[in-house]
Amino acid sequence: MKEQRDYESIPGTYVFDARRARDGYPLNMFCMSLNKAENRRSFKENSPTYMERFALSTEQREAVLQRDWLGMLKVGGNIYYTIKIAFCDGLTFQDVAGIMSGVSKEVYAQMMLAGGRTPEGNRYKDAARKDDERG
Amino acid sequence: MANIVAGIACSHVPAIGVAMDRGVTATPYWESLFRGYEPARAWLAALAPDVGIIVYNDHASAFSQENIPTFLIGVASQFTIADEGFGPRPVPSVQGHPELAWHLAESLILDEFDMTIANAMPVDHGLTIPLSITCGQPPAWPFPVIPLCVNVVQYPPPTGARCFKLGQAIRSAVEAFDRDLRVVIYGTGGMSHQLQGERAGLINREFDNAFLDGMTKNPIALTNITHTEYMREAGSEGVEMVMWHVMRGALDENVREIYRHYHVPASNTSAGLLILENEDAL
Repeated sequence: MKEQRDYESIPGTYVFDARRARDGYPLNMFCMSLNKAENRRSFKENSPTYMERFALSTEQREAVLQRDWLGMLKVGGNIYYTIKIAFCDGLTFQDVAGIMSGVSKEVYAQMMLAGGRTPEGNRYKDAARKDDERG
Repeated sequence: MANIVAGIACSHVPAIGVAMDRGVTATPYWESLFRGYEPARAWLAALAPDVGIIVYNDHASAFSQENIPTFLIGVASQFTIADEGFGPRPVPSVQGHPELAWHLAESLILDEFDMTIANAMPVDHGLTIPLSITCGQPPAWPFPVIPLCVNVVQYPPPTGARCFKLGQAIRSAVEAFDRDLRVVIYGTGGMSHQLQGERAGLINREFDNAFLDGMTKNPIALTNITHTEYMREAGSEGVEMVMWHVMRGALDENVREIYRHYHVPASNTSAGLLILENEDAL
């Protein structure tokens, strides 16, 4: 897992690969538990106590309690799992996407209505690299 | 002999289901997207297939990180609707077709596609949204469905080329089934979208439209698109489009495009719908 993966050059993107899957297992399995209504109730009633059932790292627990959606991805969370926490809060995919991309709900919604985030200039972390390169 | 009579490629954006379930499809936000589904519903109702094979992915609903099947086929007689974290969608449960599904499972495995076999699993929006899009809101789905689940959540998903070959093997297996059944196959997911990270909201109309064109005219070339190219060009979740290749592989080399609908945005996603029939279909 030491080699550079070509997808790591994509900006603002956390590919759920083996490394993230290993780190994220307890976090994602905690999220998975929220598919059950009784667990959602327990989590909403007392989040720290409920989360003790799962072997989360300190960073993972804090990211959940702070609702640090980007932070969750950085400690191995996958969006299809972490979105279940957002559903408990009454948020949608679009709400969370706006927060992760650092703009208000209104600005994000307007960007989508206007056709979404353009790939131009968003293909490579090194913006100087030509967009039309493939790799 | 059973036959695959048509292929449908279709996005499965959860918000489309939410709009239908809440009865808000006539709002300015949704109206043009849903108007574009009407011809597809009329076409499918007229076709009246006997069985649907729906190629889709599970989104942490039936399968968690505990078990991640790359290719899975559902052989049950019924599939319940999953609770994905906000209660199950209020849609009918899905009736399976165990006889054809078991035949497919046996044929595919002997044809060197090592399928996981599911006797019990809930199905999530990945499968129910394409049914809602193409069938509307009937009290029961109009045909039995064989769920064919592909991992695209854990990197790496199967390659586009492998998916295409699976489609070819599905076609051979269907044609070896000794009952007269008219089968429609769905490839679902996509089109361009990214739900995560600072780059969330990425949409690439140029990529999507070239992909729609290529599906009809030059599908083999599309199977060479790498996972990194999907993620870079069509967003990290755009890699779901590998599942369209399963559908395309199950059709003739030459197909007719019957209908196409493309709309931006459906929540964070560009929604595509494509209907293909074999050239020699009656």
